[in-house]
Amino acid sequence: MQSYSNPEVLVSTEWVDLHRSDPNVVIAEVDVDTSAYSEGHIPGAVGWNWQTQLCDVVRRDIISQSDLERLMSNSGIGNTTTLILYGDNNNWFAAWAFWQLKMYSHKDVRIMNGGRKRWLAEGREVTRELPARTKSGYKVLKYDQMFRAFRRQVEDEMKSPQTALVDVRSGDEYSGTLLAPPGLPETCQRGGHIPGAKNIPWGLACNEDGTFKSPQELEAIYAGKGVTSDKSVIAYCRIGERSSHTWFVLKYLLGYPNVRNYDGSWTEWGNLVGAPVERGA
Amino acid sequence: MMRADDYRVVKQELAGLQVNVTSYKIGDSYHCHIDNIDPGATIARTEGLTREEAELAALARALERLKARHGNR
Repeated sequence: MQSYSNPEVLVSTEWVDLHRSDPNVVIAEVDVDTSAYSEGHIPGAVGWNWQTQLCDVVRRDIISQSDLERLMSNSGIGNTTTLILYGDNNNWFAAWAFWQLKMYSHKDVRIMNGGRKRWLAEGREVTRELPARTKSGYKVLKYDQMFRAFRRQVEDEMKSPQTALVDVRSGDEYSGTLLAPPGLPETCQRGGHIPGAKNIPWGLACNEDGTFKSPQELEAIYAGKGVTSDKSVIAYCRIGERSSHTWFVLKYLLGYPNVRNYDGSWTEWGNLVGAPVERGA
Repeated sequence: MMRADDYRVVKQELAGLQVNVTSYKIGDSYHCHIDNIDPGATIARTEGLTREEAELAALARALERLKARHGNR
């Protein structure tokens, strides 16, 4: 059976259970629903809030280098620490954290396959105790935005046959029927999608238990829509977190060489005056 | 040792949408959260002394949020 292109970035719940007390392993839970962590989390895991700790809280941007260094230091993470990320919603925001950490060049960061859902479903130990971690002196060694696409780049590349735009939102958001996922606030003026984008909802990459589908299944899903490894791929969603999940799948599980996440996503594009928009399936 | 006991996921329709109703017990409390299957966003999260109490509260909260949704204008 074919394996993932970079199998080292994925660990099982069993692996985490066996290694969660290792001194060089730190676990961080990152949830969409920021109250989930306090219900009960993996013993020793720190909880990161994506709304306040994994972004710039003043301007719209990813976390700054100084804030990331502070977060990592306060979490007891050193430059050589093996960092395990997991979260709810099949690792939406764990992937968001992973994407940022790779741009900040953290060497050993991995995602727990199946996330919080699988850990709970398997009846593994949880706690409400907050971990006490010794501060480290974390320093970002390199910052590279190679995994990030900005609006101007999308505008420049959207018509190129060498570029594959992937809209990972639901079919109703893609078609313009909905402006945002049901139950979440609306944050754009127009519905639809970027012209030429293929709709491949992020959740297609996951099994029912929250784990990732096999390499063969993943390849069939993306290649079946013309999103192949020879293209420059740009994934987007509404605010960039679901697309970081797809970015992870394409870049690390399938090994596509050129994949970027357009984190401005639909909340940027759908609010732009004069931006081209397509509607319909 | 605490863990999630009686973990259960039930699919059902709510306000015209397919949702997952997930419930389990941690310690003395039952927890319930509801997410829409496509695209998978959490809509409500509640706690109760029984599964029924947690689920009913979550369903009510989710229904309230879903009723407030808007389509394209």
